[in-house]
Amino acid sequence: MNWQFFLEVLAGGLLAGVMYALVALGFVLIYKASGVFNFAQGAMVFFAALTFVSLVERGMNFWIALLATLAVMIGLGIAIERAVLRPLVNQPPITLFMATIGLTFVLEGLSQLIWGSQPHGLELGIPDEPMQWLSESANINISQFDLFAALVAGILVAVLALFFQKTRIGRALRAVADDHQAALAVGIPLRQIWAIVWAVAGFVALVAGLMWGARNGVQYALTFIALKALPVLILGGFESVAGAIVGGLIIGASEKLAEVYLGPFVGGGLESWFPYVLALLFLLVRPEGLFGEKHIDRV
Amino acid sequence: MLKRTRQMALGALAGAAMLALASGPSFAQNEQFIPANGYWVGPYAPGGSGFFGGVIDYFQMLNTRDGGINGVKLTWEKCETEYNNARGVECYERSKKKGPTGATVVHPLSTGITYSLIEKGTADKIPLISMGYGRTDAADGRVFPYVFPLITTYWSQNTAKIKFIGTKEGGMDKLKGKKIVNIYHDSAYGKETIPVLDVQAKKYGFTVTHIAVPHPGNEQQAQWLQVRQIKPDWVILRGWGVMNPTALKAAARAGFPRNKIVGVWWSGAEEDVIPAGDAAKGYIAAGFNLPGTNFPVMQEILKQVYKNGKGEMEDDSRIGSIYHTRGVVAGIITAEAIRTAQGKYGKKPITGEQMRWGIENLNINDARLKQLGAVGLMQALKVSCMDHEGGGAVKFLQWNGKKWNVITDWIASDQSIVRPMIEQSAAAYAKEKGITPRDCSKES
Repeated sequence: MNWQFFLEVLAGGLLAGVMYALVALGFVLIYKASGVFNFAQGAMVFFAALTFVSLVERGMNFWIALLATLAVMIGLGIAIERAVLRPLVNQPPITLFMATIGLTFVLEGLSQLIWGSQPHGLELGIPDEPMQWLSESANINISQFDLFAALVAGILVAVLALFFQKTRIGRALRAVADDHQAALAVGIPLRQIWAIVWAVAGFVALVAGLMWGARNGVQYALTFIALKALPVLILGGFESVAGAIVGGLIIGASEKLAEVYLGPFVGGGLESWFPYVLALLFLLVRPEGLFGEKHIDRV
Repeated sequence: MLKRTRQMALGALAGAAMLALASGPSFAQNEQFIPANGYWVGPYAPGGSGFFGGVIDYFQMLNTRDGGINGVKLTWEKCETEYNNARGVECYERSKKKGPTGATVVHPLSTGITYSLIEKGTADKIPLISMGYGRTDAADGRVFPYVFPLITTYWSQNTAKIKFIGTKEGGMDKLKGKKIVNIYHDSAYGKETIPVLDVQAKKYGFTVTHIAVPHPGNEQQAQWLQVRQIKPDWVILRGWGVMNPTALKAAARAGFPRNKIVGVWWSGAEEDVIPAGDAAKGYIAAGFNLPGTNFPVMQEILKQVYKNGKGEMEDDSRIGSIYHTRGVVAGIITAEAIRTAQGKYGKKPITGEQMRWGIENLNINDARLKQLGAVGLMQALKVSCMDHEGGGAVKFLQWNGKKWNVITDWIASDQSIVRPMIEQSAAAYAKEKGITPRDCSKES
């Protein structure tokens, strides 16, 4: 066994997992605050990245375009609360989930209607090439961009953890997630909370969209990255920010190792389904995920 | 009040819907209907919108400049397939009886949809043109009378690709001992060239490793780490959609030189390289049509169509792009086949069955290419009952970061490898389906 190569695959997998975790974080936020699995998270990532890159291509300054896109995503969050969620307060979670499926198609269509369906390149100024010194000294290729993505994810997790644990709004969010009616009864403004959390999810979608857009280009296929986040969520738990990261690392590393070492025996291409098998097996042992909250309901 | 307003709105909506249904598209008797069953939304929209943009622009140019073909106006109607087999079949069913003579010909623009329509098209006597895609063994017209994988099939292209690599290595004998990795989209389309590559590996003595990339291909780290371990001399990229820029980016991360990657033509459009940025510089791709607006036919389209504000491409920068000129080539072939059929059946709208004859007797030689203003845009084409491919040659293009540069002349395919494989595969299909192959000597 070539241990050097094994280490390279492992490191590459862990860093790919960070990219999955960036998407998974958006799901966690919405689920934590409303108990809703937001099917539209992938579409939000696409919408955010496409809006940003289209503004930049029309001559807008990078930072102004970033702020403008952030404003658009916040506006989108508020609009979703007004038009979709507000009429569905106290409805069963499955109703809210179905609403997010509808939202996915609306966002995908709207993005292409406004900005067109052409793919775009996105440069963030971080080279996506192997670091020369590491490559020469240890013959291991690690991209600078992957490390940058890991740093961004780390900062995002720290900020979100502080937000949920240390701020009033964060605590209110957790209360809303536990019980809509009880939260309303104690005076928590549910609508305001939902608008905030969807706006924050929009911000996370923007960050994920920029990272994935810089990696593969900004195009419709960005919506598919939501599929990469699902096994991460099952493994890490739908309610845990830390779980999204740990789940991402486990999924990323295991799928790469499986593809490289098991792939040749089964004809390859197992990267797409192996994480789901892993997540399913995990479900059997720990249904709430690694960091998910265990719910005990009175009968 | 609110209830009344809502009722009024619903009434107006229902009225409008009924009106739309009642009127529908109407067709005059002297029109030739060609369905535009393609994709303008979704992940593959750049390919679909560019291709059908070119087809429609060419038809529009003929209508504006010549009043159609011999006085028969060309008409079309778009139907969104979303590159989905079920939608493709639905669009086919919806369009097959439109126009005074039904659908003349269908361009499915998807290998999957082509496969789904082979038996239907044959039964309905509507030809399918799968130009540069679809079922390779359909090049045997004895077994597939209504299917035309025109210009170059995947297998032909693949032999031209190995010839190109051989030239770069200093001769075909220099391929012995070389290592080639075939990175392919894990689908029927992606797997199509595995057999022909294996045959060539045996013939020329190189080793080939096939590495699958699961759909949609937006994560390829593991595959390119394997490439890094194998250390191949060349990589063949058989991608589609997001898989292409992702592969180029991943190759850069793995430190593999892009000028040693040779892509199929579905990996060789501007849309495949622009999202990859600098990582795409130096990358080589095969092509059976060339980009640009300098060809006389493209100038005619600009003059007759775009100057009158009738152009299909909303973004001017896409006029003359690879997908757009590919559509123009498809438009030329379709129009020339109609013209050929009219030569036999009269200057009036032709049926699908007559169109089949027109395609099968198509002969676009160098002189005709010059008249059409398409010299260099496409290769000469001669179709027959035996050979539904008609061309087989490929040019290679290299991306310089801004545009594609043509780096070879037309490289002929190796039919000594391809044709026996086509005939063997077509014979197996005929046996499976109980088809008695036509006797081409009796076709007139």
